Amino acid sequence: MTVRAALRHPAAWWALLSLGLLPLAWLVLQTLQDQLGANPAEALIRATGDWTLRSLCVVLAVSPLRTWLGWPELLRFRRMLGLLVFAYASVHLLCYAWFDMGFDLADTLQDLFKRPFIWLGFSAFVILLALAATSFNRAVRWLGGRRWQMLHRGVYAVAVLAVLHFWWMRAGKQDFAEVLVYAGVLAGLLGWRVWRGLRR
Amino acid sequence: LPFVPSNLPGAMTMDKPTTYKDATTYNNFYEFGTDKADPAKYAHTLSTQPWTVEIEGLVKKPGRYALEDLMKWGDMQERIYRLRCVEGWSMVIPWIGYSLSDLIRRVEPQPGAKFVEFVTQADPKTMRGVRGGALDWPYVEGLRMDEAMHPLSLLAFGMYGEIMPKQNGAPLRLVVPWKYGFKSAKSLVKIRFVDKQPLSSWEKAAPQEYGFYSNVNPLVDHPRWSQATERRIGEDGLLAKKRKTLMFNGYEPQVGQLYAGMDLKKFF
Repeated sequence: MTVRAALRHPAAWWALLSLGLLPLAWLVLQTLQDQLGANPAEALIRATGDWTLRSLCVVLAVSPLRTWLGWPELLRFRRMLGLLVFAYASVHLLCYAWFDMGFDLADTLQDLFKRPFIWLGFSAFVILLALAATSFNRAVRWLGGRRWQMLHRGVYAVAVLAVLHFWWMRAGKQDFAEVLVYAGVLAGLLGWRVWRGLRR
Repeated sequence: LPFVPSNLPGAMTMDKPTTYKDATTYNNFYEFGTDKADPAKYAHTLSTQPWTVEIEGLVKKPGRYALEDLMKWGDMQERIYRLRCVEGWSMVIPWIGYSLSDLIRRVEPQPGAKFVEFVTQADPKTMRGVRGGALDWPYVEGLRMDEAMHPLSLLAFGMYGEIMPKQNGAPLRLVVPWKYGFKSAKSLVKIRFVDKQPLSSWEKAAPQEYGFYSNVNPLVDHPRWSQATERRIGEDGLLAKKRKTLMFNGYEPQVGQLYAGMDLKKFF
């Protein structure tokens, strides 16, 4: 069976979803077995942030890969992959609000104000929330195709905000090596879209 | 490492000590990398034998002293101190060492010595973080003379009954329990007696964020985050509330008078 035929197989969607949820399952398992090191709260917040960025890279790679390889089959995974980004971002936010802030609204608001990088991350989450809320088929009809597409280009803003959020978090330690990797990958993926838009 | 328990007031907190594993695997020691797991992974390359400490500046008995001699300059005591990191987490560590004042008295500072500067090891060959530019190396810290002479200021050579693990600042380090952890410089190679306030590494890197004093103070926030609470490593479960940070990390009865009349918002 060729790769393309495999991608068309009904089980492929479920296989990819399971793969995407594997890191989350692994984190839950590590939490339950107390294997997250000295500061499990911090470890969970950082790991879920990392996986949000990674899944964002994956979903933004769908269109370039589809065009480059000429594999239209990839399109059927895009919504699921996008929702995976939203899922990791939600767990990331939940971990922060729960383990770091103890669900204290006043403390959280104060923290949002004190640490601008939290504000950036939160803005990215609000955009993702809007995209997730309009991710079903009927939303396209309600909004109209053009408007829906405009809205969903918000994912590019999410990519920029997410990198800035990560960069600002690391700024205290002046340790940007990892940030630059994500910035490079995402810049490439967004750059490809700009390049393609200009060529048309 | 042989020792006796300290009978100094405030030197034996009743808080439950952090586990040895947590205290030796979750460290800030940028000379080995900025991730908290880095020191445990990479500090084994540090060579601590032989080790000498140079004592210089405004002092009557300057010189280069071997670690073995320095270890005999005071009675080794165990002291269980709270440690509050400026990042908002805390531990409780049973250190072994003697009061820094024992060393200071022995080398006889001159009357003009108003501050003590601590310079730490910075060897790019054995400390991989020194090859990177996270901070200006070597790492430098400082104390006012009366702070350095306070009996709670500890020169530590060990912890948990053992000689100091490399990731925790072997073979000797400073422990100043009422200040944020970064003031307690690790792997000391120079102690310098000076007349002017030294410029510490973090002050140099970010003067608006880190001051010379850096006393633990829940009322003075870091410009980017609150200092009102802290997470006690290992003790609280994932869902437990953070604990309230105490003034001078709970050592106010012992050290409060050092700062009488000072505006702690200004001298942060």
